[in-house]
Amino acid sequence: MSYLELKQVTAFYGAIQALKQIDLTVEEGEIVTLIGSNGAGKSTTLKTISGLVPVKEGSVIYKGQDITSRKAHQTTKLGVAHVPEGRRIFPKLTVKENLQIGAFGVKDKKLIEERMEKVFSYFPRVKERLHQLGGTMSGGEQQMLAIGRALMMDPDLLMLDEPSMGLAPIIVEQIFHIIKELNDDGMTILLVEQNAFQALKVAHRGYVLQTGSIWRSGKGQTLLADPTITEAYLA
Amino acid sequence: MTQVWDTLPQVLIDGLTLGAIYAIIALGYTMVYGILELINFAHGEIFMAGAFIGTAVLIGLTGLGWVAVMPAIFILLLVLVITGGLTGMLGMGIERLAYRPLRKASKLITLITAIGVSFLLQDIVRFITETQQNNYIVNTPSLFPGSLSISGLNIRYSFLVVIIVAILMMVALEFFVNRTKWGLAMRAVAQDQDTASLMSVNVNKVISVTFFVGSALGGATGVLFAIHYGTIDPYIGFILGLKAFTAAVLGGIGNIRGAMAGGMLLGLLEMFAAANLSAITAGLLSSEYKDVFAFAILILVLIFRPEGLFGRAAIEKV
Repeated sequence: MSYLELKQVTAFYGAIQALKQIDLTVEEGEIVTLIGSNGAGKSTTLKTISGLVPVKEGSVIYKGQDITSRKAHQTTKLGVAHVPEGRRIFPKLTVKENLQIGAFGVKDKKLIEERMEKVFSYFPRVKERLHQLGGTMSGGEQQMLAIGRALMMDPDLLMLDEPSMGLAPIIVEQIFHIIKELNDDGMTILLVEQNAFQALKVAHRGYVLQTGSIWRSGKGQTLLADPTITEAYLA
Repeated sequence: MTQVWDTLPQVLIDGLTLGAIYAIIALGYTMVYGILELINFAHGEIFMAGAFIGTAVLIGLTGLGWVAVMPAIFILLLVLVITGGLTGMLGMGIERLAYRPLRKASKLITLITAIGVSFLLQDIVRFITETQQNNYIVNTPSLFPGSLSISGLNIRYSFLVVIIVAILMMVALEFFVNRTKWGLAMRAVAQDQDTASLMSVNVNKVISVTFFVGSALGGATGVLFAIHYGTIDPYIGFILGLKAFTAAVLGGIGNIRGAMAGGMLLGLLEMFAAANLSAITAGLLSSEYKDVFAFAILILVLIFRPEGLFGRAAIEKV
């Protein structure tokens, strides 16, 4: 049984059909990436999993449990963390408060402290900025905070939506390094990226989305070597 | 000029009393606006309902003989807690029944619904009151009679009660919003609902809590008003709510500290105008024009600082 499984998922964004019968699986311990051009349905796929966009047809199964019609705040409690596109840091909360809200479902104060220390071990920069407002941080720092905030939930599945968007190449390297590190520590990751080259390099498997349907799928290395994909997304 | 100086102490006392009342009602407007971008016009009627519920509880307790034997402060706390709880639930219920089904509708439709709820509450209170007595104007038993007189200055005991309770409520709200988990969730929801829900925050629950807190404070303020001014009717919430809303805009709508400051400022300005308008304009304008004065200030502020005195201009971030 797969860790996460999407069966024939169809979803609409207003009147537009954003996803057409998507089939997708993620196994425990994998990094799976979703690539494709703008508007292909990558973000929508993540949103149907976390519950921000309702599933019209089909089903989403997580650890054997049907989570198709769960609301976002219920899905996250099951251990599915979703780092949204554009990072979406709360600009008027301090960095510390941004982390605290990530652990909103946790009552144990000591546990929150422990998790915060763990976030600092991945992102020492975040610790230096603790009392600053989230909105005053640089793009790279905000991305680190966004991932750190998601780690505060201690998720089993981490979904990242375009973590490299708008960042300098050196910061992108750092972010991908962290993604690899998190995965080495046992985190299952579903990664949406426009930066197809970097994403396929780090991922075990990948799916290529085109106008709401899955066009290709396979091992990261295989997709990297596929000339049609290279031509379409890596040129 | 001497007239201004002579009346100043009394203006300050009366202005602070009225200002504290505006300030707390303004909080209710600003909290709801901050989270839903909805101007909850029924909030003035929540205040009015609080004044009536508080008066009814007070009359009830008098009938039971409690008021005669127990300290007035204890009675006041009891009335505030009962009224705050009931108006809090009233506000929460209004959101659940009238606003939530319209969450995705245009803002204008919700606004008109809010005005409808206002009328409904006015008429319900009037109806209930008239079944109890022939008149819908009610006198609230005075809980803190008498006053201090310091060199010609008249300080009613109830003034002290209003100001102290009001300050305590504002401090408590500041603490709630800035230091508690639910306050944090409230600020997060006000900034970004979708992302807040990705943090396991139940957005609907946070909105309910916001309405409860705002309405409980509004209702408790109604009690303070009734105790201090002694006479209430089902229509006190309209003009008072409008002015409290003005105070919220003055301070920068959505800004909690701004609402407190705006309320105090408006109360002081209004009382200043009431005492001095006739002297300043050499009898041209009487104190009846105090509202014109207050609203003229509002218009001036909005012309030169549209974001309000304490609001920050919204910066669109990409």
